[in-house]
Amino acid sequence: MQFFEQLTQYLLSGLSTGAIYALIGFGFAIIYNTTGIINFAQGEFVMLGGMTTVYLISSLKIPLALAVLMAIPLVTVCGAIFERLAIRPLRKPSPLNLVIITIGGSILIRGLVMLFWGKDTHSMPSFSGSEPLNLAGATILPQHIWIFAVTLLIIIGNKIFFSCSITGKAMRACACNRTAASLVGIDVRRMVLLSFVISSAMGSMAGIIIAPLTMTSYDVGIMLGLKGFCAAIIGGMSSGIGTVFGGLLLGILESLGAGLISSGYKDAIAFIILLLILFIRPQGLFRKAETERV
Amino acid sequence: MKKEVIKFLIFALLLLVFPFFAKGGYLLNVLVFVGIHTILAIGLNLLLGFAGQISLGQAAFFGLGAYLSGILTGTYAVNPWLALIAAALIVGIIAFVIGFPILKLKGHYLAMATLGMGIIAYIVFNEAVDLTGGPSGLSGIPNLSLGAITFDSDLKNYFLIWTFTLATMLVSLNIGNSRIGRALRAIHDSEVAARVMGVNARLLKVQIFSLSALLSAVAGSLYAHTMTFISPASFGFNFSIELLTMVVIGGLGSIYGSFLGAALLTVLPELLRAFQDYDIIIYGLLLILMTMFMPGGLVCGLPAVCGALFPKRKERGKGSA
Repeated sequence: MQFFEQLTQYLLSGLSTGAIYALIGFGFAIIYNTTGIINFAQGEFVMLGGMTTVYLISSLKIPLALAVLMAIPLVTVCGAIFERLAIRPLRKPSPLNLVIITIGGSILIRGLVMLFWGKDTHSMPSFSGSEPLNLAGATILPQHIWIFAVTLLIIIGNKIFFSCSITGKAMRACACNRTAASLVGIDVRRMVLLSFVISSAMGSMAGIIIAPLTMTSYDVGIMLGLKGFCAAIIGGMSSGIGTVFGGLLLGILESLGAGLISSGYKDAIAFIILLLILFIRPQGLFRKAETERV
Repeated sequence: MKKEVIKFLIFALLLLVFPFFAKGGYLLNVLVFVGIHTILAIGLNLLLGFAGQISLGQAAFFGLGAYLSGILTGTYAVNPWLALIAAALIVGIIAFVIGFPILKLKGHYLAMATLGMGIIAYIVFNEAVDLTGGPSGLSGIPNLSLGAITFDSDLKNYFLIWTFTLATMLVSLNIGNSRIGRALRAIHDSEVAARVMGVNARLLKVQIFSLSALLSAVAGSLYAHTMTFISPASFGFNFSIELLTMVVIGGLGSIYGSFLGAALLTVLPELLRAFQDYDIIIYGLLLILMTMFMPGGLVCGLPAVCGALFPKRKERGKGSA
């Protein structure tokens, strides 16, 4: 029975980290689907969410709920600025240039945060206390429930936005074919900006809800970003169920690996999964293989 | 062709003569690192600048070479030269094997895969404490020695490293000017077109990936024997980015550009000692600005800037260019 309880524990914590990876993966998927760019700086927006909230709470003494509500728009503005300054002026958008610029952007953001807010690890108070609850023999914190709830809401919100609203459909149109979209009157550049805005908003939310559990510092962005990317890849860069599944799968595998094999190599497990998926089925588990236009 | 030879000889001569003008060992020490970084940058440039394959995990091969060499000589008392050769060959073979699945990917996916590879290597360096000493590093690595000379001072290391660096530059310049170099550039422009023309793109990409890894491993081995101490911190993601910055700044596809980039990015942190923590911001800014405004790197950009500042006077009778 001991083992069964351990297993449940691993599964539960894996599901909650998986939900975070799914959220971050959404950010990648949305930008990729609208623009064809992989935004290496996505992880930094996640980091910014947590760090901004911590800063607002500790330095400006703003209460938690208000700080959260203020942090999200602040980070979203950062995302918009990043798109304007770094992505839009690019004259030769080859994949290499885009990779380099987004990497440069992520380094810059990380460096600025380190400069202004230091290298320390910060903790953030949980949203509704730290009394653990008992679920099927495993301990679950209230923060875990927040994570599931917020992720669910965001996924539903995303689905509604992209299927039912005109702007959402316009963004999907850009993903299919930019030229055709602009021919029917869609302002593609504005859609690009919007995709960055949505991604950074979601990324910051992901960063905020996980910060009480894992603490936050200036360099959490790299790992989170990469794992979110892994989730998106497993899901085939879809803005829907695929990425959710990818994130949850990654979270569970990582958690099981850390618990059953070795915790030092926990991060390595995630990247080995990433490499395996990229080698064997790069279009993700849910998509048919794409053909390349020459 | 003659011009290229003369250019290289002048470069080599300057390097040879430099130590006699350098005051003190500090500058030579910096130049030793410039040499090591140049080898690394050239390795990445062959892959990225010529063949157009993005690799964000070069630090992994660098570290592998360093650790293999360090462990073989430090723990198993193998002859350092043998260890260097062994490290280079082993890493080259590993890269050859990994290369086949990895280089099927393109663009962002390749970048992410190499990034993942680099991080896995970094984690292994940190976690395999019995072999590598973990985060505390591996010490007691012996210096290289040739006959009676042990390479333990800055001056001797300078000549040792730069011999290797010049050899690497020579080999790379030759590759660049050869059939292989042209095939690589063809792959960069359009892999499908290259294959249609009879270039075995798949094999060639893996071969250049392997060569690049081999060069990085040689650099790693030299690094281990020069420093006599290595730790995982030098072989992480940050260093891969530093290498990328060097190559981008210097100029993709230009071997001398790699030297420029390596020199600039090795010297800059020394100059900015006071601003030690800010270097990461400067790298980010440099990457962004260079890609936006000077995509050809310094090798293209500097002459262009000079040309704009000092326009040549047009001769009478000749039309505008």
